[in-house]
Amino acid sequence: MSLIQTLARMEAVASGRAAPLTTVRHRHLSERPLVLVPMTTAGEAGAPLGVLVGTDREKPQLLAVPQPRDRELRFAFLAELAESVLPYVDGFADAVEWEERKETDPETGKRVAVQVELCADAPQLIVPSTAGIDFVRLLGRSMRFRRTAEQEPETPYPAPPHVPLLGRWFTHFGERSRVPGASLLLAMTGLLSRHWATGQSMLEDQHLGALLAWIDPPPGESGQVAAERAETGRDADGQLLCPPAGPATDPAFDNRLLSPAMARYDAGLSGAEEEVRALIEGQLRPTWDAVWQGLDLLRALPPGARVADRWKRDRWSYTAHRDRVRAGEPPQPRRDDAVTAAQKLASRETAQAQLDAQEALDDPLVMAGRRLSGEAMCGTVVHVEMAYSESRRPTPRPLVTLRTEDRPQLSENVKLYRPLPDGRTQPAEFVSYAAGGGLVVRLTGGMGRGKEPEPGSVPEADDAVTWTLFEHSPRGGPELPDPEDTPWTHGGPPAAAAAGAPADAPDPVTAEDFL
Amino acid sequence: MTRPDGRTSLPAQRGERSFDPAAAAAAATDAILHDTLHGTRRGVVVDSPPGAGKSTLVVRAARELAAAGRPLMVVAQTNAQVDDLVLRLADKDPGLPVGRLHSSEANAFDPALAELPSVRTSAKIADLAGMDIVVSTAAKWAYTKVDTPWGHAIVDEAYQMRSDALLSVAGLFERALFVGDPGQLDPFSVVGADQWAGLAYDPSSSAVATLLAHNPDLPQHRLPVSWRLPASAAPLVSDAFYPYTRFRSGTDHGDRRLAFGVAGDGSGVDRVLDEAAESGWGLLELPARHTPRTDPEAVRATALVVRRLLDRGGAATSENSPDPVPLTADRIAVGTAHRDQAAAVRAALSDLGVHGVTVDTANRLQGREFDVTVVLHPLSGRPDATAFHLETGRLCVLASRHRHACIVVCREGVAELLDEHPSTEPVQLGVTVKFPDGWEANHAVLAHLAEHRVRWRP
Repeated sequence: MSLIQTLARMEAVASGRAAPLTTVRHRHLSERPLVLVPMTTAGEAGAPLGVLVGTDREKPQLLAVPQPRDRELRFAFLAELAESVLPYVDGFADAVEWEERKETDPETGKRVAVQVELCADAPQLIVPSTAGIDFVRLLGRSMRFRRTAEQEPETPYPAPPHVPLLGRWFTHFGERSRVPGASLLLAMTGLLSRHWATGQSMLEDQHLGALLAWIDPPPGESGQVAAERAETGRDADGQLLCPPAGPATDPAFDNRLLSPAMARYDAGLSGAEEEVRALIEGQLRPTWDAVWQGLDLLRALPPGARVADRWKRDRWSYTAHRDRVRAGEPPQPRRDDAVTAAQKLASRETAQAQLDAQEALDDPLVMAGRRLSGEAMCGTVVHVEMAYSESRRPTPRPLVTLRTEDRPQLSENVKLYRPLPDGRTQPAEFVSYAAGGGLVVRLTGGMGRGKEPEPGSVPEADDAVTWTLFEHSPRGGPELPDPEDTPWTHGGPPAAAAAGAPADAPDPVTAEDFL
Repeated sequence: MTRPDGRTSLPAQRGERSFDPAAAAAAATDAILHDTLHGTRRGVVVDSPPGAGKSTLVVRAARELAAAGRPLMVVAQTNAQVDDLVLRLADKDPGLPVGRLHSSEANAFDPALAELPSVRTSAKIADLAGMDIVVSTAAKWAYTKVDTPWGHAIVDEAYQMRSDALLSVAGLFERALFVGDPGQLDPFSVVGADQWAGLAYDPSSSAVATLLAHNPDLPQHRLPVSWRLPASAAPLVSDAFYPYTRFRSGTDHGDRRLAFGVAGDGSGVDRVLDEAAESGWGLLELPARHTPRTDPEAVRATALVVRRLLDRGGAATSENSPDPVPLTADRIAVGTAHRDQAAAVRAALSDLGVHGVTVDTANRLQGREFDVTVVLHPLSGRPDATAFHLETGRLCVLASRHRHACIVVCREGVAELLDEHPSTEPVQLGVTVKFPDGWEANHAVLAHLAEHRVRWRP
């Protein structure tokens, strides 16, 4: 945790109310997100109990499984879920823009510009908590290899139509959510704790009710008291006032309410199914409302200037997966091969560096944190001395003396970057500390090609400037070999690719499948 | 002592008299060179404890491969390592054609290389065609494309190289010698890589871990003697960080001596200097307190220790020269866990008028050697012990950079802190458990340091 976050948490403790960590919103929020509040069965991996799902905060759709251990019912539930989620996901597939992209021509080997489709918008799934993201991933894993009767008429126990497709989309959302700054699938607790610091621990911030209590406490009440009630308050029947945001359930609810109701359903009593559904809805509805309350809070913040740029990458990601599905490609493999894993890691590291830089550039409060940790500095230009490089064709290398209160971690020739008003970045390097306080920076680029710097490209005395020690648009890593060229150090090419077998063979059927 | 694989490990330092470090090291080197030059396997792995002559081995293997007429590429991890290696090669064999492939940025390599007659530097691999040896960083090699791969490669600091970095360069060579120190800091990633934990090719694991997971029967060697660490340090570092692959010091007690021209003034700082000169270790213990990372008192104490080291006219006697060598600023290093701590120590040193002392984090001190090191303990003043601060390699790097003495500055209460924070990292299926874990290693080092403790209230 950075020093400024620690400070914000201490302020929150002192004031009884969450302290802002940002001045703008750093994640894209769709105008019409799909909120998904899942709940799972205690002790059964991948046995959903129910969800509230929808894009209309007043009319969530309740899908529930009255007996989660019954696989017929589970598949019926997943089919219903596919019916309600897939139309939303597909709804963004056909409105496209055209973008130009450089591709290598397979015949000539030259880089040529091609026009490609980019979906104008993309779906966005919001779940209440990080555990909810894991649950989406788990559902994706459990569905994407199933076979429908249409795909494979011989298959025993075929999955209902659309279930494998939903699995593939959930898998895609789950993988995408691991990319720093990506917004196709977001957890409300993560969103809120990015923008506010509470007076409780980060572990406690995983509780959506407690987190909201700090950020938006009831009038006249301190966030701490409200958070404590959200976490532990119970009614006369021993039920939590604020049910957990799932997917795990509260044991008291399981034991005293859900279990007897399920027993009545198993006994075939009339009205028992409605009773289970009502119980599940009662647990899900407070979380549903909390997610929308969180959305309201976040929407009150203006979006950061570079948020749309990151959302565009999400749109690329969505478009690419749409194309894979349309092309009839197999579902995502169970495990990444060596090259794919390395590619994913490299792209996520680049995304993390970009996100860190962009958040700081978009937001003076985030930049303040970087300044506090010595990674950036703001100050006033004292004077500028013109100088030139010592090459055959001298280029301008002006020396800028800066007065600053910040204490950046500088050493000789450390590279510095200055954001320019037009969004470009000007490189520079640290030269030395100036004799009368302040420091000297040499500009090393961004001044045009001429012998004299372009007007406006060199700061003038009394200008307020910011330099960062971190790059603003870090590059990605080197190209990796194709999977079929995986070297011997990494086990050689993947077996499936070598043997020509499809990599999407469904999970083998085991005895457990027929239990 | 017998290891699980049936090989016998070396006897402990104090045990046997007849042990001849030079002969043991030579035998190990011969076996490594034999496997490298004449072996049939595509890879050879060499584990090297701190200061065991890894660079010497790399230089020798490179020259022998070149002499055998086999074109060689060398992969190191940082530009400093590459430059150092080229200088060493040129020093041993000034006529050997060596190419230094570098990035196209300004000041990409040490200007000293330009002075060497048979060293050619370029940012393009085509300019270096025909050189016997081409040296570069893994990052630069990853952008290099060639038609025919090199017959041989040497991968230096292979334990600090990430698996995905090896993936992007492994296509450039047929066979390789991998050399590194398994006890130093593991490579890391700033984003989570848990989803690949347990896979043989987990891109965030070390290059050697991936290599051995896919090629478990590759010949593995290790260098048995540390020429850097004094007899006072080798047993502790070996026991705490290399319990199953012990090594010994190449020198004996009495071979090295650190003495001061000026007598101590009785202050805590001077007493810890005397203790360290006498025993090779010193612990300057400040009163227990929870502090920010850049604990002003501890930082100042660290700077004072360095100041007094220089003021008291330290002189080091070793096997390298018959006469004592003055302990100068460039032979001293300060090691910290975090960059802001290093910056704070640098500022404190310049306030005391000390210049020329290396102050850096464990990550950046890897592979370097000094006469005396002053270490700000990673857990000093902390309210918690995170995985970062407990990492075995971090402490190992900090405790194994010195030829004569290591002085640790720390607040009281680290032992209690450790007891309150047992390791809680989840155990992942398929991942080899690192042994010893940082918790255990920290306790071992603390227990040893406690015998050389000087309490001091600033």
